[in-house]
Amino acid sequence: MKRPLLIPAIPSSEITPREVFHQRRRFMQLAAGASVAALLPGWSEAGERLAAEKSRDYQVPDKLTPLVDVTHYNNFYEFGTGKEDPGQNAGSLKTRPWTVAVEGEVHKPKVFDIDELLKLAPLEERVYRLRCVEAWSMVIPWIGYSLAELIKRVEPTGNAKYVEFVTLFDPQQMPGQNSPVLDWPYREGLRLDEAMHPLTLLTLGLYGEVLPNQNGAPVRLVVPWKYGFKSAKSIVKIRLTEKPPVTSWMAAGPREYGFYSNVNPEVDHPRWSQAKERRIGEFLKRPTLPFNGYAEQVASLYAGMDLQKNF
Amino acid sequence: MSTVGGSPLAGGRLLVILKVIMFAAALIPLGKLVYEGLNDGLGANPIEKITHVTGWWALSFLLLSLSITPLRRITGWSWWMRLRRMLGLYAFFYAGLHFLTYLVLDQFFDWPAIVKDIAKRPYITVGFPAFMLMIPLAITSTDAMIRRLGGKRWRLLHRLIYPIAVGGVVHFWWLVKKDIREPALFAALLAGLLIIRAGYWLRGRMRRNLPAGAMNAAPAHRTDG
Repeated sequence: MKRPLLIPAIPSSEITPREVFHQRRRFMQLAAGASVAALLPGWSEAGERLAAEKSRDYQVPDKLTPLVDVTHYNNFYEFGTGKEDPGQNAGSLKTRPWTVAVEGEVHKPKVFDIDELLKLAPLEERVYRLRCVEAWSMVIPWIGYSLAELIKRVEPTGNAKYVEFVTLFDPQQMPGQNSPVLDWPYREGLRLDEAMHPLTLLTLGLYGEVLPNQNGAPVRLVVPWKYGFKSAKSIVKIRLTEKPPVTSWMAAGPREYGFYSNVNPEVDHPRWSQAKERRIGEFLKRPTLPFNGYAEQVASLYAGMDLQKNF
Repeated sequence: MSTVGGSPLAGGRLLVILKVIMFAAALIPLGKLVYEGLNDGLGANPIEKITHVTGWWALSFLLLSLSITPLRRITGWSWWMRLRRMLGLYAFFYAGLHFLTYLVLDQFFDWPAIVKDIAKRPYITVGFPAFMLMIPLAITSTDAMIRRLGGKRWRLLHRLIYPIAVGGVVHFWWLVKKDIREPALFAALLAGLLIIRAGYWLRGRMRRNLPAGAMNAAPAHRTDG
């Protein structure tokens, strides 16, 4: 989109300098955040602010899911299998120091410090729909930049076909890992072209703050056209590979969780329907959209593939 | 009323008090749900929460009602039996709320989706008939119905509680995504309750068969009748 050229009718001395404007906006956001925090018991820790430009291209008309729900209704088995467990238990996660090793089929493998990742590319706020495989959904303003920005910098070799994401393994910090519900550490994977797609977001924050621990701090993935579990949290390693990686959920239930796991109302989970979803905060279920409403952007990635088989 | 049972509770008065306390206590889970519902305390997905809580208590009351006979056998106190009907009816009560939550709040009378669920989702395929089978048991739970049916037929009908309980536990097990610890605990408790019954049943059979068998096998050692 192009901005129309504006000729200010106001003398430039009247215009609030950009810096001051941003400071004011930050103050207002902080005040808003603090008043929300005061109203909600159990939500005392106001997160560290993370400034980001609102993305022009990645918005949805849907109403945002309230922050309290985004941070208190989570699937993050590293902190327990109950939806409320991560909100209660994730305090034990230490997000500094933190590094992410990018390795495998790349010309320039590198270990990135989290502060480096925060500055690697301009941060933008993108509003995405999130559809969980359990048939509920949210709308969340994430902060980050396209994963492609990171991958480009390590220069994939000609052999690189897939990307594997590995979550931190430390049962001291992640008490849920003491239970063998999944094969730890949590592993997820994408095809390289999926990983390079501009929608695929390397995510460092949400709602104007750094990522809360229970949402996958300090750095996670968000792949909005796939079920939520594909978006690995608290990532410590990104490995480019020639062969498709075996993900934790594929190992746990190969009949139920495929490699692609694209949101698809026509392919049911073997034990429940995926035709509809409950948007958190809404009463009636709404129909689920193919590719979670992102078909226009991503359907071409799967041209000619049988999506019933490649679920 | 009854004097058999061999404990102070058998006398009647204490039993009434115990039943009143039990009746009130069994309403606490519902009261808590209502309170949380009115105070925005059901979390981000209230319908899911209500479904899980009512289902959990339906299964719990079912297992409690199934533990009455073993308790009577083990303690020798027959007054336990006087608590069984209430526990069974509370199991039905919470199962009914669970079913209505699914029907009204979750599916909102979307009949085609419900029929599809019953046919296609294994956990609903077992859960739905398990609940349906509870209905005749609830209807025939009154003294008048027991008399009308006759004890023998009534007992035969109420053996349906075993497939219902198995169906309920399997229903829970199959709906869980990965962490099966809780359904496994219910399954273990149910298995334990059924094994105790099987043990008593086997012992009863052996006792009945002993006089005939004992003559051939070990005639010299029999001391009891």
